[in-house]
Amino acid sequence: MREITMERVNETREKMLDVVKSRTLTHEQKVANMANLADSLLEVLELPEGLDDLLNRDITEGQCICDLCEGHAPLRPRYIVPDYAKFMKEGSKFLELPPPSDLYEALNSLLIFYKHVPSVTNFPVYVGQLDQLLDPFVQDVDEETAHKLIKLFFTHMDRTILDSFSHANIGPVPTKAGEIILDVVGELEDAVPNLTMKVDPALTTDDFILRGVKAALHTAKPSFANHPMFASEFAEGLSAGTDCGNYVIASCYNGLPYGGGSYTLSRLILGNIAKRAENREDFCTKILPEVCDIMARYMDERIRFMVEESGFFENNFLAKEGFIRRDRFSAMFGLVGLAEAVNVLLEKEGKSGQRFGHDEEANALGVRIMDVIRDFNAAHESKYCEISGGHFLLHAQVGIASDIDVSPGTRIPIGEEPVELHDHLQVLQHFHKYFASGTGDIFPIDLTVHRNPDYVLDIIRGAFKENLRYLSFYSADSDVIRITGYLVKRSEIDKLEAEQNVKHDTTALGMGAKHNGKILERKVR
Amino acid sequence: MGAAPVNRIIRFSSVDGPGNRSVVFLQGCNMNCRYCHNPETRALCIHCGDCVDGCPTGALSFADGEVRYDHSKCVFCDACIKTCTHDASPRIRHLTPEETFAEIVKQRPYIRGVTVSGGECTLYPDYLTELFSLCQKAGLHTLLDSNGTLDFSAYPELLKVTDGVMLDVKSWEASVHKAVTDLDNGDVLRALSFLASQGKLNEIRTVVVPGLVDAERTVREAARSVAPFLDKAPVRYKIIAFRPMGVREAYRAYETPDGAALNALADIARAEGMTDVVVV
Ligand code: SF4
Ligand code: SF4
Repeated sequence: MREITMERVNETREKMLDVVKSRTLTHEQKVANMANLADSLLEVLELPEGLDDLLNRDITEGQCICDLCEGHAPLRPRYIVPDYAKFMKEGSKFLELPPPSDLYEALNSLLIFYKHVPSVTNFPVYVGQLDQLLDPFVQDVDEETAHKLIKLFFTHMDRTILDSFSHANIGPVPTKAGEIILDVVGELEDAVPNLTMKVDPALTTDDFILRGVKAALHTAKPSFANHPMFASEFAEGLSAGTDCGNYVIASCYNGLPYGGGSYTLSRLILGNIAKRAENREDFCTKILPEVCDIMARYMDERIRFMVEESGFFENNFLAKEGFIRRDRFSAMFGLVGLAEAVNVLLEKEGKSGQRFGHDEEANALGVRIMDVIRDFNAAHESKYCEISGGHFLLHAQVGIASDIDVSPGTRIPIGEEPVELHDHLQVLQHFHKYFASGTGDIFPIDLTVHRNPDYVLDIIRGAFKENLRYLSFYSADSDVIRITGYLVKRSEIDKLEAEQNVKHDTTALGMGAKHNGKILERKVR
Repeated sequence: MGAAPVNRIIRFSSVDGPGNRSVVFLQGCNMNCRYCHNPETRALCIHCGDCVDGCPTGALSFADGEVRYDHSKCVFCDACIKTCTHDASPRIRHLTPEETFAEIVKQRPYIRGVTVSGGECTLYPDYLTELFSLCQKAGLHTLLDSNGTLDFSAYPELLKVTDGVMLDVKSWEASVHKAVTDLDNGDVLRALSFLASQGKLNEIRTVVVPGLVDAERTVREAARSVAPFLDKAPVRYKIIAFRPMGVREAYRAYETPDGAALNALADIARAEGMTDVVVV
């Protein structure tokens, strides 16, 4: 381990004391922050040359790569996606739980398991393909009992998983359990867990989607995933359930291999990278590939430490009992600010009137930039990402609360959305295809749609025909709203602004995004 | 095939029939409803030129005694419509059914159908017949929005390609109807029962304007006359509260009815056998 200066130690000690004394952090949030600060003192990674200049800057001072506070000595993968189906079938030796035999035991076992799934947030980012996990047990009880138990189960999750990067999946096949889950989330209007419905035109019925749309108009979830698209991108081997594909949607909207996950996620801040370039040729042929290369080698080094040195895959019960498999992990090569990059490059050419999302040349430049990144990734070999062919998975990162003038992934900046939803969707068609490990767009929906949920159904069906990947909707007046990928209650943001404690750590992120990301100003459709 | 004056095309709409639909608004109307919510669709432009100078983007110009409109320059600020004292709009494009269809079909994966509205779209029955047959061939559901003045029984070809009509029933009492619209309601009531009997009625709409229309009687009688035909095709009764927004200055003083009054009307429709009743 490398030496560090006493100055840095003292800076960190000051930050720790601030955390201890914070008036707004809950106990759990303090513990997590303290651990991150302690970790920040470690220096065990062999960092690629040039990284420091790109990474360790403020985002307003030209930061080009961001590692999303994963820490200096990764002690576990960022996102873990356990094989809950196996757990239902076999139970766990480590947790001393036999396989559940009824709905009561199934829900209880899952709640126990969740407390043992590590992640970057210390809360499980994936809580299971819940319809498939619960449906066999739901058949044995009357519907009222099932509804009540599942409602208690969801309430328990919301109050103990203190972070809305936690994600449940349902679909594409409609089931009794899936219907109950949709009804329950519609009634509860809670932020946790996030929920995705996998939609397959051949398997998912209009009724099931409409039930989802109605829930979403109340409580901003579920979101809708293009199942055939995701299913075709993840290698066969281990499925979350019948017709569920070999992938899951975890955290915000991240497509990840089932029974594995993602070691790490770093992101390119494309707008700032574009500022370093002289023109679009310089950007596409030199500057961007160089930054990609440094970020990729940084990620490889993090993965190497995790796999070869941390001992996680040898010692954690999840790996030992086969709930996760090392060879089902990949890593997410993220990006933000495509819109800003395009606009910066066009401004350099004196074309400041041509904006991303509105102008054909601007959109085409966006596509070219994405092709550069895709081609880079296709050529870069990452030793421990066997599950994705030895390459990373591209990810349109949703941004973090402190981002300023950075649009999530490939989104059109809030306030600049095309007037017509149709034009907006046509821009997205160019970009969703690149991101196997997730991208998505969010549409606040006008209240009149409560009377016509078929409107949203038609847009979902149309969008998936046009190869869009992932869509979220919420009603313009609902309390639970989607920030960038995760959910937060407006009423909780209000509490935090009044300096009261709130239980979910994501509320603070939502508050940041409200101010820096203008998320309450999205165009209502 | 003849063109029709198109006021505008809304690509996605959630409020003009089931699901997501494109809506075509045609220009011109043969009634003169006091509470018309889009009076600028009522008349055809007489090319007086009053609106040209107020256009901020140069989308309007005057040549050869006519107002010319450049769709690509328009920013939809509505300044021209506010200037016009003739209930018209200079932003009219004369589109053939084929040209109109070409603008609709671009939205196809996202929409399930097309609604043609107005103005009064049935002033152009041949255009509608042609447009709707193109739409039906493309698998799109077709609705039209009408005041009921067309004798639908005389247009079997149009009816064949129309999946349903959304019909305004403004007043059951002929004298009230005349006072509200300048026209008798005989044609409207004939259209109501004819369309219902053919399974082509999709929706009845009654705008509730306290002090102007006899809403109670209108809803009761309209519901009663349609209910026996519900097995032919489901019909929605939409009870619409008058709102002053968009209405001509002279008629803005009418009050918006309260929720209780609207719900009481909905109950009347249900008591007559209507199952799908909404209040907006
Ligand atoms: S709405 Fe009328 S005034 Fe405004 S830009 Fe268009 S044509 Fe000109
Ligand atoms: S739209 Fe109205 S104001 Fe403009 S030229 Fe026609 S009639 Fe005159």
